[in-house]
Amino acid sequence: MTEFFRRLYFVVIGIFLAAPIIVVAGVSVNEKQSLTFPPQGFSLSWYGEIFTNHEWRNALLASLTLALLSAALAVAIALPLAWFLWRRIAPWANIFQILGIAPFTLPPVITALGMLTFWATTGFYGQPWTAVISHAIFFVTLPLVTLSLGFTSIDRSLVEAAATMGADDKTVFRTVVLPLIRPYLVSGYAFAFVLSLNEYIVAYMTVGFTMETLPIKIFNALRYGYTPTMASVTVLFVVTAAVIFSLIARFGDLPKLLGAMAGDDR
Amino acid sequence: MRREAPQSLADYAPLIFPAGMLTVFFVIPFGTMIAVSFFQRLQGAFYEPAFVFSNYARFLSTFFAGVLGFSLFLAISVAVCCVLLGIPFTYLLTRMQRKTQVVWLVALLSILSLSEVIIGFAWSTLFSRTAGITNLFVALGAMEKPVALSPSFGAVLTGMVYQAFPYTVLILYPALVRLDPTLTEAARTLGASPVKAFFTVVVPALRNTVIATLIMVFIFALGSYLLPQLLGRPQHWTLSVLITDQAIYQSNMPFAAAMAVFLVLVTLALVGLTLFIGRKGEAA
Amino acid sequence: MSGLALNSVTKEFGSFTAVKSVQLNVPHGTFVCMLGPSGCGKTTLLRMIAGLDSPTDGAIVLDDEDITKIPTHKRNLGMVFQSLALFPHLTVGENIAYPLRIRGVDAATQKKRVDELLAMIHLTGYADRPVTKLSGGQRQRVAIARALAISPKLFLLDEPLSALDAKLREAMQVELRQLQQQLGITTIVVTHDQREAMTMADTVVVMNGGEIRQAASPIEIYRKPADRFVADFIGMTNLLDTETDSAGRAIVLGHAAEGIVLPDDLKKATLSVRPEDVHLTAPGEGTLTGKVTFIRDLGGTIETFVDVAGKQIVAVSTPRERPAVTVGQNVGINLTPDVCVVLKK
Repeated sequence: MTEFFRRLYFVVIGIFLAAPIIVVAGVSVNEKQSLTFPPQGFSLSWYGEIFTNHEWRNALLASLTLALLSAALAVAIALPLAWFLWRRIAPWANIFQILGIAPFTLPPVITALGMLTFWATTGFYGQPWTAVISHAIFFVTLPLVTLSLGFTSIDRSLVEAAATMGADDKTVFRTVVLPLIRPYLVSGYAFAFVLSLNEYIVAYMTVGFTMETLPIKIFNALRYGYTPTMASVTVLFVVTAAVIFSLIARFGDLPKLLGAMAGDDR
Repeated sequence: MRREAPQSLADYAPLIFPAGMLTVFFVIPFGTMIAVSFFQRLQGAFYEPAFVFSNYARFLSTFFAGVLGFSLFLAISVAVCCVLLGIPFTYLLTRMQRKTQVVWLVALLSILSLSEVIIGFAWSTLFSRTAGITNLFVALGAMEKPVALSPSFGAVLTGMVYQAFPYTVLILYPALVRLDPTLTEAARTLGASPVKAFFTVVVPALRNTVIATLIMVFIFALGSYLLPQLLGRPQHWTLSVLITDQAIYQSNMPFAAAMAVFLVLVTLALVGLTLFIGRKGEAA
Repeated sequence: MSGLALNSVTKEFGSFTAVKSVQLNVPHGTFVCMLGPSGCGKTTLLRMIAGLDSPTDGAIVLDDEDITKIPTHKRNLGMVFQSLALFPHLTVGENIAYPLRIRGVDAATQKKRVDELLAMIHLTGYADRPVTKLSGGQRQRVAIARALAISPKLFLLDEPLSALDAKLREAMQVELRQLQQQLGITTIVVTHDQREAMTMADTVVVMNGGEIRQAASPIEIYRKPADRFVADFIGMTNLLDTETDSAGRAIVLGHAAEGIVLPDDLKKATLSVRPEDVHLTAPGEGTLTGKVTFIRDLGGTIETFVDVAGKQIVAVSTPRERPAVTVGQNVGINLTPDVCVVLKK
C-alpha cells in the first residue's frame, strides 16, 4: 500500500516535470506554422529551420560561441583559485571563494544590472566580448564548487609521495594534481557551458541590443511572432542538456558531485 | 602534503588572475551599481554623478509597496510549495537504487538548466487554449471546450514551482543522502510506522536543512523575472521585472540600481531574520 | 513454546543467497550471540527477526505467533544499531521516551520510566542533555535504555559495541550480560568478536556462508567444534590432516598416532588440537618430531612454532611451564586422544 503511494507520487511528479516538454515537442512537429497540440500533421522541417534560417543559425552560433568561451574563462578563473585555497593556508583568501559564489547566489537580475552599469560606465556597453566576461563571472561558481570538491578528494599524501620522488610544485601539479582533478574540471566546464547556453537576463542586459543569443531570440519570437522553431529549439536545448548531464553521470560520480555542490551552497 | 602559509610573493601568483577578475568584474560592477543608485537621471542620456536619495524616495509609494509585497508573497509561496513537494520526493529518491537516482538527477539537472524563456514558453503553450492541457480534458469529456489558463496567478505559481523544484531537490539531496538510514529503522523498531517515522524523525532531524532550503529557494524565486511576464498579468509582475523594465526600456538606470540595492537588502534582511528565528528556536 | 523460533528462514538478494534455510530455537530469556565473518548472513538474519528485511522463505515465530508478515513497528521489540541511531534532534530523555511517546503513553508515566531507565544505566540526571554531547560509552547506554523502554519481548543488538575502544568494550560486555540476566529478556546479539560472544552468550551461533554451522554453549563451541570451519574460526587451533592406514592406525603427518581412532566411516579426517594442548617433549619421544622455527614470548603466554614435515604447529604454554627449547632445535610433539577433536574433512 505504501509502495503504491510512493510510485503514484513519483509518477505525478514525473508527469509534472515532463508535461511542458512533451507539449513543446508535440508543437515542434506541426506541419504548418501554428502552435497547436496535438500536432497537425508531422514534419521535422522546424528542426531544419534552426540551421537553414540565418537568424536562428546566427543565434545558435552566437550562443555556442558565448557558452564555449565563457565556460572556459570561468574554469580559468576557478582552477588557480581552488588550487591556491587547497594548497595554502591563507584565511583572508577565502573572501575570493565567497566572491566566486556570490554572483550565482544573488538574484540574477542584480548581477545583470551590475554588469550593465559597469559596461555602460566604462563605455564598452554592447561589445560582444563583454557578454563572455559577464557570463564567466556569473557562472564561475559552478567550476569553483566542483573543483574545490575535487581538491578535497585528493589524498595529500599522494603529493608528498611525488615530492619524495623528486617532483617540485609545478611538476606535482602537472603529473599528479591535474590528472586527478580532470573529471571535476570537465564537469565544472560542462555545468557552466549548459547554463550559459540557457542564460537570458545577463546576456540580454549586456549585449541584448547588438547580438541575439538563442534565449534572447526565443524571447523576441515570443513577443513578435510565434513560430514552431521556438519549440524545436527548446527540444534541442533539453536534449543537449540531458546528453551532457548523462555524460557527466556516465563518466563521473554525479551523486557525489551534487552532494558537495549543494553542501557548499548552504 | 601539509598546507602551509604562502612563503614568498611568488606563492601568491596563482591568486592574481582569479582575484583580479573577480575584483574588476564583480566587486567593481557591484560598487558601480550602488554608486549609480545615488546618481541623477538625465533625460536622453544615461545619468550624471550626484548624491541624491530621490531614487530611493520613489519606493515610498503604495505602488512599490504593492509590488514588493507581491514579490515577497510570490517567492514565499514558491518556496513553501517546493519544500513541501520536495522533501518527501527527495527522501524517497535517496532510498532508491543508485541507477534510478542518477536518471532522476539527470532529468532534474536538465530542467534546472533550462532558460526561463523556455520554461515560460513551454508552460504558456501548456496553458494555452489551442495547444493546452484543457484540450486533453475536453477529449476526456471533463470539459465543454478548451480555455486559456494563463495569464493568471496560478499559471505564474505553477511555472515558478516548476523552475524551482529541481533546485529544491538538489539542495535537499546531499543532506538527505547523509541522513543515517538507521535512524528511520530505529524509529520503526521502536514502534513508529513509516509515515510516523518520517514526521517524528526525518523532518525534525532536518529542521536546519529545511530552513536553509526555504531561504535558498526563496532567493531563487525572488530572482525570477520572465515567468511573471510570460504567464502573469501586469499585477503579477515582481521587483525583478520592474528593475529590468526601468533599466532597459525606461533607461532609468539610477532608479533600477536603487531597486536592485533595495532587493539585495531585503533579501539579506529576510535571510538574517530567518536565521535569527532558527537559532532562537534551537535555544528554546 | 515460549521464545523465538526460526523455521527454514531463507533470504535471497537476486541470485545471491544471504541466509540459507536457517533453523533455530531460542528459549525465552536466553542470551544468543550470532558470530561469524563479515558477509556470513548474521546481520541479515537479525534484520529479518526485526522485520527490517523480509525473508524470501520460511517463518519467524515469537511466543507461538507467526510474526513473519508483521511490520517492524508492531513487533514490540527493542533494537540497538551498530551506528546507535540516536536521534540527533532529541535529548537523552526524549530519545529514551520516544517509543513511549509513539505509543501515546502519558507524559508523567514517560518521565517516570525515563528516570528508572537512566538510573539503570547509571546516567541519572542526564535526561536534558543533547545526545551529541555524550561520550561513546554514554551514547551506548542511552541506545540500550531506549531499546528497553517498553520492556520488549525481544532485545536485538547489531554489533553494539564495535565503536568503543577495547577496554570500554570489555566493561560493557559484562554490564550488558548482567543487565540481561537481571531483566530475563530474550536477547540476540550479532558480533564478529568471539571474546564478546564467549563473555556474554548462553548460546553461541556460528554462521558462515548463510548457514548455521554450530549452535551451542560457548565452552562446547570451543571444546567440541562441529566442523573444521568452527574449529578454525573460534580461537587458535592446529588443524592436522589424518588418514587411516591398512592396519587401521591413524597417520598424522607421516607418523602413526597411538590411541587416536577415526570413526568407522572415515578414511580421512582432520584433527583439531588447541595450542594449549600441544605438549612438547624431547626429540623422538612424542608422536611427531619437528624443528622449532620461532618463539613468541608475549609475557603472559609463550607461543612456540614447530615445523613438522613442512606443516607449522603452534604450542602455547605459560611462563611457569616454559619449554626448554631454542630456535633451530629439534623437539617432539605428543598427541594424546583426549586433546584431539576428530573432524570430517
